Amino acid sequence: MAVKVVSELTRNHIHRLAADGKRVDGRGPDEYRPLKIEKGFVGSAEGSARVHLGKTEVLVGIKMDFGEPYADSPNKGVLITAAELIPMASPDFEAGPPREKAIELARVVDRGIRQTKTVDLEKLCIEPGEKVWLLFMDMHILDYDGNLFDACSYGVLGGLSNTIVPASRLEAEDYPLEIQHQPLSVTAAKIGNAIFLDPSLQEEQVADARLTVATDENGDVRAMQKGLNGSFTFDEIKEIVDRARKAGGELRKQIVG
Amino acid sequence: MEPEVRLLDENKRRLDGRAVDELRPIKIEAGVLNRADGSAYLEWGGNKVLAAVYGPREAHPRHRQDPARALVQCRYNMAAFSVSDRKRPGPDRRSVEISKVVSEALGHVVFKEQFPRTSVDVFIEVLQAEAGTRCAGLTAAAVAMADAGIPMRDLVVSCAAGKADGTLLLDLGKEEDNLGEADLPVAIVPRTGEIVLLQMDGHLTPEELETSLKSAIDACHKIYEIQKDALRRRYAVTTEHGGAPPPPKEPETEADTPPTTEEPKPEEVEAPEPVVPETQEGE
Amino acid sequence: MVEKSAGRELVVPGDLLGTADLKPGMGTFAEDGKVYAALLGIKNERSGYINIVPLSGRYIPRPGDSVIGMVTDRGPSHWLLEINSPYPAPLHVNEVPWRVDYGDTARYLDIGDILLLKVLLVDETKRVVLTMKEHGLRKLTGGQIVEISHSKVPRVIGRKGSMISLIKEFTRCRLFVGQNGRIWIDGDIDDVHNTISVIKRIEEEAQVIGLTESVKSMLEEMYGPSPVE
Repeated sequence: MAVKVVSELTRNHIHRLAADGKRVDGRGPDEYRPLKIEKGFVGSAEGSARVHLGKTEVLVGIKMDFGEPYADSPNKGVLITAAELIPMASPDFEAGPPREKAIELARVVDRGIRQTKTVDLEKLCIEPGEKVWLLFMDMHILDYDGNLFDACSYGVLGGLSNTIVPASRLEAEDYPLEIQHQPLSVTAAKIGNAIFLDPSLQEEQVADARLTVATDENGDVRAMQKGLNGSFTFDEIKEIVDRARKAGGELRKQIVG
Repeated sequence: MEPEVRLLDENKRRLDGRAVDELRPIKIEAGVLNRADGSAYLEWGGNKVLAAVYGPREAHPRHRQDPARALVQCRYNMAAFSVSDRKRPGPDRRSVEISKVVSEALGHVVFKEQFPRTSVDVFIEVLQAEAGTRCAGLTAAAVAMADAGIPMRDLVVSCAAGKADGTLLLDLGKEEDNLGEADLPVAIVPRTGEIVLLQMDGHLTPEELETSLKSAIDACHKIYEIQKDALRRRYAVTTEHGGAPPPPKEPETEADTPPTTEEPKPEEVEAPEPVVPETQEGE
Repeated sequence: MVEKSAGRELVVPGDLLGTADLKPGMGTFAEDGKVYAALLGIKNERSGYINIVPLSGRYIPRPGDSVIGMVTDRGPSHWLLEINSPYPAPLHVNEVPWRVDYGDTARYLDIGDILLLKVLLVDETKRVVLTMKEHGLRKLTGGQIVEISHSKVPRVIGRKGSMISLIKEFTRCRLFVGQNGRIWIDGDIDDVHNTISVIKRIEEEAQVIGLTESVKSMLEEMYGPSPVE
């Protein structure tokens, strides 16, 4: 299906507001939509979290199984991330294998987790070179109203934080998965000269550029992704990183705390 | 052949404590998603299922359009994490088959000829699976279709019966499904009793089939009440803060009768006085 | 209690509505001499007909409807409009107030433009013909659009336009209500915001009796007891 056309009228309206630092839904520039996280929603998964970010809803399930390690990392478990933009979530999503949007989403979320070593993959080794834990992080998008990067990032962290390693399958005792870090992404959208965090779908549709910044609990930057056709200045990047660190700190309390 | 696990105790109680003719607990909520035109969330025992409906909308691809009626197209999908061994994302042969029979069952009740060249797209997502996900999905989908305002002859409702441990059972649970001898998912149009979905695998005598079918149909009628209740609850909520002054003789705007013209013309309502000058728009 | 929506009977598809003398109206069907609901909605009897006033569902165009549409494509002699219905609707160059040469459509209307239109014709296969030729029909600029369920449009307008007049009296916004559930609002930014909250309230409480009173008190809270002259 064609890319949804946004009316000129709506585009102008959002830009006009943005020029005054205002947003369509009345939020402040750094204000997130209400965030609700329900952990352990899926009993058939080893860990899970259902996330509502405003009207966006995603369900993240963590599954664990054992398998062979990669040849170049025989003593490390394997992390596999996938996102499905299922047609339930939006009239613009089509059934079928993941397209570039889903793949980008999965990879950006994956980077935040992988680069911070949120999960110590060495601890997921069962028998070096032979048998390791495979950790699947599946993101299921149920309702799409913008900012999937952040909703999925929170879902993955929420899901990992209640994952139980099913070690009883190896005749050991089940134990909670250890989380070493708490990476969280914060996404900014640039509309005209304004920069807003947590863009809604309408804002995403008219945004010139987008930047996702994953920070850890120390405020260090662990993954980034710039998107869309527009550009940022050097100073804007600095400003977004700064705002992302602040917002990330607040959000972290809600998700892990 | 005696199964290794006993599925019934000496009092004919099942593993989860149910009687042989007892349903698992069922809970339905209508209107749970924002983007979809209609939706429903259903829990049925350990099943958690979402259904969403879009449409009627222009059917794609165009060559599939039927010039005389709407298509009813269902896509049944299981989330990767919905089962104990992770399922590879995307459709497999099983889900394609289920999608087909569910589409056909739902299509039976839709007034398809009212919307030529369109499709009514139904999406069923199994978030957590126990046993009987197609029945759960179909039952949720019918609620989502009504919530979407699709004109229908009735809801469709589904339930399975079967046989395990040598005994006929209603609504098979997980172990009963895995170890049992027969499974018979059924869907009906409750108002007319028409059977619109029927599958069976396993081994039943003709007498057992008749008994099982009857018990599944009886259960469908019970589930139908839960479906209707979910739809009523969805729209009854709005009454609460309105208080309840006596109903006026007629609603405020519906017009006089005949089937063809119902609402008054919208008479576009330009404000008489431009208190706000045009130029301010660009401000 | 749950069966009634503030005194009005809520029905679901398949519910029996009556027998014998009642004629099946909108949102109903007859079978074996009985009338049943085909839609989720509110039961309503009028002049021997039994109707269902829907609570949801897509907008289906009818001749004479005013609608707000968006240009999504154009050809040499027409534009294609998205009007929130299952059917994309063409606007032919003969149905606009300008003389448009063949192949010159781009000069007049662009993709993404929002237009106020009227449904001229709908044939039996639901093909729609739109017009922009009548008085008041035009391209909308400035302001913004809110979308509500088309089934709530009559409530936003109110009996003989009473609700809309009430809103305008307080907020001094300019408004167009399309039968397809799109509402165009223009005015001072705060007034527009207030208008949107009022419209959202009407959408949420469309079934509630005494809606006009509740809207009036909401407006009074915003603007004080009497509207500015």
